[in-house]
Amino acid sequence: MTDAGYDEWLDAVGENEGYYLECPEGHGALPPRRVCPECAAADLDRAALPESGTVETFTVCHVAGPSFADEEPYVTAIAEFGPVRLTGVVRGTDPEDVTVDTPVEADKGTNETTGEGLLVLRVR
Amino acid sequence: MFAEAALAARTDSSVPVDDVEEINYGNFMGSLAERQGHQAPLMAEMIGSRCSATRYEEACASAGVAIREAVRSIRSGENDVVLAGGCERMTNLSTAEVTEGLSTAADDLYEIRAGVTFPGAYALMARAYFDRFGGEREDLAHVAMKNHDNAMPNEYAQFHREITVEEALDAPMVSEPLGLFDACPVTDGASAVVLVSEEYAAANDLDAPVSVTGSGQGGDSLALQNRKQLAVTPATERAAAEAYEDAGVTADAVDLVEVHDCFTIAEVLAIEGLGFYDPGEGIGAARRGETTATGERPVNLSGGLKAKGHPVGATGGSQIAEMTRLLRGDHPNSEYVENATVGVTHNAGGTVASAVVHVLEVDR
Ligand SMILES: [Zn+2]
Repeated sequence: MTDAGYDEWLDAVGENEGYYLECPEGHGALPPRRVCPECAAADLDRAALPESGTVETFTVCHVAGPSFADEEPYVTAIAEFGPVRLTGVVRGTDPEDVTVDTPVEADKGTNETTGEGLLVLRVR
Repeated sequence: MFAEAALAARTDSSVPVDDVEEINYGNFMGSLAERQGHQAPLMAEMIGSRCSATRYEEACASAGVAIREAVRSIRSGENDVVLAGGCERMTNLSTAEVTEGLSTAADDLYEIRAGVTFPGAYALMARAYFDRFGGEREDLAHVAMKNHDNAMPNEYAQFHREITVEEALDAPMVSEPLGLFDACPVTDGASAVVLVSEEYAAANDLDAPVSVTGSGQGGDSLALQNRKQLAVTPATERAAAEAYEDAGVTADAVDLVEVHDCFTIAEVLAIEGLGFYDPGEGIGAARRGETTATGERPVNLSGGLKAKGHPVGATGGSQIAEMTRLLRGDHPNSEYVENATVGVTHNAGGTVASAVVHVLEVDR
């Protein structure tokens, strides 16, 4: 199954060409969006995703769904990248070393259980 | 299950099934869990009715919207009698399957694909709350203990077991900082409420002292990452503002509350969103004894989702049924709110991407 907008975006993130959608007011959104969720402006342009983000909140998940069965425990975090936030699995450190404000960069990884593409937040 | 709840509602209300004009049926994951879509007509058949029946889906707030639409249709004059509630069967699935099913209330691409489970999403909110306002796991343990205590005498509760703060803190982690006792259980259950117009109640000489006087609903971005802040729930604030205005009451006038505590942190976010506490102040409410049965404004006297159980698509209806019993004086915990006149119910979907609030008042 392909997910219009998302798969292409995740590939771009993996090639260091991550982007977000920006409206004339400067609101950020992630694809697929046809209009700005904040102000409903219809003219959205691609803008480069900042290289570095910071963890705003995170959780160490010990009880996963079937599609993450091989990952337990894993850390999911929401990190701020300028005008957008990204939710991803934190890699490149031990779960206990993640804190709020940990600097991360976005990358495309692989979900070891399903083989699907995965948004990874790599500790910088 | 739904038939059993509907029969109880029929007996309680003494409204004959033939008078029911519409059935508003809440259900979240029946298509996944039971491979049965289109459940509403089936439920009508189960209770011996041929009236029009519609399924409402708004994740954990499914029955809340089913009730709200019943209220609206009666107020519009379209209907005089509506049966509203919901049903959910979950225990036939494995924990992993339930976890996966419940996670479909989140954003498929940006959250589920990144390993966000239902407990995980609330854990993200809990960490954001602690980081911004302070608070600790022990505060949440007091919420769990309170709700287990409240469920003890409730015959409809899933758990009749007291727990201690220590027990809650020592329980296995589900998704840090939330442990096993911070989470509501997996529940099979159903709820049914008969809502009637004032004219119908008067014409049929019904004993119906409790009225829904206010109704409100609010929304927010589906995914947490798209919200401005992670430690507040604007959908609840919007639903509450609408419901309070509708009923002509303020938060201060509310005597007791049933809130959507799918996780302990959710109760904290709810009592702040409903206007009973400023952001950052609700975390210690249970620990300070303000929301316990003997506190100034009891929260979740039924036991809440935490101990009464959370059959997802039925929960919003059970909150109305429990609040009605509490206000009427025939709930095992009514003794704690003998002089109460105004109750509020709060039902939330997903990570509060939707919220439904109702104000109930009793004639004393
Ligand atoms: Zn905009």
